[in-house]
Amino acid sequence: MLTAILIMALGAVVLGAALGFASIKFKTEGNPLVEKIEAILPQTQCGQCGFAGCKPYAEAIAAGEADINRCPPGGQEGVAKLADLLGREITPLDAEEKPKQLAIIDEHTCIGCTLCIQACPVDAIVGAAKQMHTVVSALCTGCELCVKPCPVECIRMEVIGESLETWKWRYPIFEIKRAS
Amino acid sequence: MLQLFKFKGGVKPETHKAPSLQAPIAKAPLPEQLIVPLHQSIGGVPQPLVEVGQHVLKGQRIGAADQWVSAAVHAPTSGTVIAVEPRLAAHPSGLTTASVVIAPDGREEWIDRQPVDYHTLAPERLREHLRDAGVVGLGGAVFPSHAKLSAAKSVPMEELVINGAECEPFMTCDDLLMRERAEEIVRGITVFRDLLEPRKVLIGIEDNKPEALQSMREAVARLGVDFTVTAVPTRYPAGGAKQLIRVLTGKEVPASRRSPEMGVQCFNVATAYTAWRALAFGEPVISRIVTLTGNVETPRNWETLLGTPLGEFIRLGAPKPDTDRYLMGGPMMGFEMPGLEAPLVKASNCIIAGSPALFPPPAPEMPCIRCGACAEACPHELQPFELYWFSRARNFGKTQEYNLFDCIECGCCSYVCPSHIPLVQYFRFAKSEIWARERDKNQADAAKSRFEFRNERDEREKAEKAERLARAAAAKATEKPAAEKPAATVPAEETPPANAPVDADAAKKAAIAAAMERARLQREAAQVKNTDNLSTEQREEIARIDARRARAPAHQAVEQTDVAPPPAQEQ
Ligand code: SF4
Ligand code: SF4
Repeated sequence: MLTAILIMALGAVVLGAALGFASIKFKTEGNPLVEKIEAILPQTQCGQCGFAGCKPYAEAIAAGEADINRCPPGGQEGVAKLADLLGREITPLDAEEKPKQLAIIDEHTCIGCTLCIQACPVDAIVGAAKQMHTVVSALCTGCELCVKPCPVECIRMEVIGESLETWKWRYPIFEIKRAS
Repeated sequence: MLQLFKFKGGVKPETHKAPSLQAPIAKAPLPEQLIVPLHQSIGGVPQPLVEVGQHVLKGQRIGAADQWVSAAVHAPTSGTVIAVEPRLAAHPSGLTTASVVIAPDGREEWIDRQPVDYHTLAPERLREHLRDAGVVGLGGAVFPSHAKLSAAKSVPMEELVINGAECEPFMTCDDLLMRERAEEIVRGITVFRDLLEPRKVLIGIEDNKPEALQSMREAVARLGVDFTVTAVPTRYPAGGAKQLIRVLTGKEVPASRRSPEMGVQCFNVATAYTAWRALAFGEPVISRIVTLTGNVETPRNWETLLGTPLGEFIRLGAPKPDTDRYLMGGPMMGFEMPGLEAPLVKASNCIIAGSPALFPPPAPEMPCIRCGACAEACPHELQPFELYWFSRARNFGKTQEYNLFDCIECGCCSYVCPSHIPLVQYFRFAKSEIWARERDKNQADAAKSRFEFRNERDEREKAEKAERLARAAAAKATEKPAAEKPAATVPAEETPPANAPVDADAAKKAAIAAAMERARLQREAAQVKNTDNLSTEQREEIARIDARRARAPAHQAVEQTDVAPPPAQEQ
């Protein structure tokens, strides 16, 4: 009887030690679920979901505090992907779906106030105090955060059209005919 | 005799080649207008080198390659540039592309053509020369040739394969080129051989072109080179680079690897021809042989200037009245031209006039019956029905598992499918979706890291600021007891004494003014270096901005006294 208890106790100690060691040794940085969610979010950093960037929104989703349908740049497709990942219901997007945009500064009107530089979440605007500013179009995520701060309203958003480089073949129209 | 290998699958469509083989290559007349797209090859978009109103000579470079994988474009004839603007592209999308529009003056005045002896050039220079002459793969893929002309470092170059198979139905441009200009092709191949130093040179020509085989063999014998000219069985797509490599060398090149890594490289015969013209005659690529065939009265091959609008080109063949569309490329891999204003480009090997009789509308698509005919026909041993299934369901991860990117879009599977499923269209759709997703993903990753970097910087700046303030407060605290000490011991930069002598203040102001003057002089002395490749519009804009600057000296005077840091950044 005593041996049995001792063996079980020993087993418990050994396994406990092994588990404790493993939890330290193989500790994962951050929450893997948050990372997976973040990988689906478009990283526009626009805050249209009501959070200060994609990561806070991902954290809120992971914690079950936010709905998955609040990201307009991600669109309905993003909602579907999140639903798939989290096993939640696909809900309609809680906003209007928007095509990809690009901010453009009217360089003749710009007074060089630097307010948009401070608003840009991805450092895509270059310029200096009292110098004309401009948007580095390759880096712009189209978040619109720079539009409001501009005191002279010289920033506009333009929809990025298709070019030969980004053109996509269309989905072939598929009709099923009854085989008779 | 060389041992030939076989590739799996393939089909034998009717060739329709005879009509356009009746007459020799003819030179197409000068069109009224030439629309030369700047982007005619894989890789970077060349920058325009000409302005509206400028007179250009035949062969003058009008677009310079902007990176290594890119190729220059040239004025096809002498004349005046009447526009540099987006024009309809020879592309299935119907979108526009930046083009240089030239009104020919009819004099065909050449630039000073400088033949080069390629033996005296370093390989590096030779490749640059080919790039600047705009030599690209003329089989249809338009990959810049110079970028294919370096052997892999680790693998010795075994075989150089020259593609004269021309397996697409209707197309005869390479056939006639080999019949009529074999010697120049062979000389071009010699250049490629000297650059790549392969052990063997294999020229593959489909066995339905006996004249071309004959003429190429004669040229090889005449020039005394040890190239092997081989007849390969006629079966579509024997002219696909991968298939021809497979047939001639037995090697299979997967999509994930480049052929030099397998010790083999492949060029089209027309590419070798243009490379030779570029070196021996100093002629850049400004024209190509284009087959005009199909529903026309006089099918024929024309040596056509690049940039000739489709509408003017087809008149040479007198299309029959029931012609309703024009295909560029062959019927298997080609696409419908978006309009008659679209120009012929380096990739235009063949124009087929189509009519409802020639290409009847596709039968309605029916469900896949899993007969497996497509898998049998696929030269890459893929399973098109599986790929179709996943592409249709937009399950792109799965399509990649089934090696979607090994598909060369040859169309064999659609050709044999009894359910008339346009399989290739699904594959093209899936491929471009995957590419788009990849682009989005890269952009998102970049945005994320920039956002994170920015946040980090903000944090750091805040911390530094707090530290500075704390230090300043501490300094003030230690200062207070010493307030009675003479002002001279107080560090001048930190707390300027309120009762400082007036002349010290003035001296400081003078120093600032001097510094600004220095900066101004420096600015003026600095050469602007990045304005060489600007378009006319950009130049105009710069001129306007300069004028505006010159008009605002008063504003600058204000600026000189006001050197406040940007608002909000320093709180
Ligand atoms: S040939 Fe057509 S019907 Fe047959 S398996 Fe392939 S896709 Fe399906
Ligand atoms: S189009 Fe692609 S899948 Fe179809 S036969 Fe050709 S290589 Fe195979």
